[in-house]
Amino acid sequence: MEQSLTSIILGSTAGVISRIFLMRLDYRQYPGYPHGLISHLSLGAIASALGAVAVPALLNKDFTAFTFLALAAQQFREIRNIERETLRNLEENRLEKRGNDYIEGIARTFEARNYLVMATAFITSAVSLAGVWYAVAAAIFLLLINIKFMGGDSIGDICEVIPAGINFKGPVLHVNDINIMNVGLPASREKILNEGLGVILKPHNNNARATLHDLGQRMAITHTAAVILGSKKDVDTPEFTPLARKNPDTGELALFIMPTIKDMDALLAAVRRTPLLESARLKPLKAQAGRMAAR
Amino acid sequence: MTPLGELLAAVITGREKEKITGDIPIFIAQDQDEKVQIAIYLSRSLDAAVHDLGNGVYYIVKH
Repeated sequence: MEQSLTSIILGSTAGVISRIFLMRLDYRQYPGYPHGLISHLSLGAIASALGAVAVPALLNKDFTAFTFLALAAQQFREIRNIERETLRNLEENRLEKRGNDYIEGIARTFEARNYLVMATAFITSAVSLAGVWYAVAAAIFLLLINIKFMGGDSIGDICEVIPAGINFKGPVLHVNDINIMNVGLPASREKILNEGLGVILKPHNNNARATLHDLGQRMAITHTAAVILGSKKDVDTPEFTPLARKNPDTGELALFIMPTIKDMDALLAAVRRTPLLESARLKPLKAQAGRMAAR
Repeated sequence: MTPLGELLAAVITGREKEKITGDIPIFIAQDQDEKVQIAIYLSRSLDAAVHDLGNGVYYIVKH
């Protein structure tokens, strides 16, 4: 009995700690602080308790208890739906939309992280049967794995982000040579020339090119840039909307933004750290035809 | 942003009358300055963007 209790406590603690560490990575892309934080920590605690309890239950040949994990999975799927719904509702009143792809990515991440926590608790709890210190070692190892592999890549990993100049050819706004939009009002053009910023994203390879081609990924980039630097756009000034357009010949992406704070280094950092969306992450180079096309 | 914009109105001066027809509202200004001013008022009240065809015709699009 005492041994069961030790494994449950060790497993749950490992799970909760890993949820806290994963939460730190979540925080940047999610507004629900502090109440969202509390609800996710509680769910993480429940997930880790479930994972930790499973081991003693198996040892006691209480196999039906194990099926409770399936129930937990159901609950976590519900979390995904709740996250999705909340973010969609908030989206309506945002000037710079996150985009459905980003929302889907965040919702999926929240669900998956609960499974990770459950697995961490389960494994730690199982290892603790061999001894407390083995369990501590296993917990640290799993924590490192969680942080390393589930942090996700960012835009800076797949392309080069460089500063670019903005200019007008007639009424058409360009970032370097890439066409962004038609701006009619002379006063707006002048304001854009004085206060706007542009960057170019150069994809490293065809995989990156396919990812930048994705509209959801582009919305995630403009959203992140607008959140971090601020945006001069208002409901009645659509010409200040941050936009990302691509060069059809090279696949390069140009980003235009009217930031509240005009700081190129901050913009470069914001763009580089934009998370790569799972749904946008295409890998044509994995296919034979894709490699042939890249020759 | 929806993929398609909706063309709401056009603003021209008397000189550009030959360049546009159709069933959208067409506002005719006295001169260039008034044309810009009308375009600003329209865009701000309709929450829409002003675009320039390059031939003197301004058009207002809701994106």
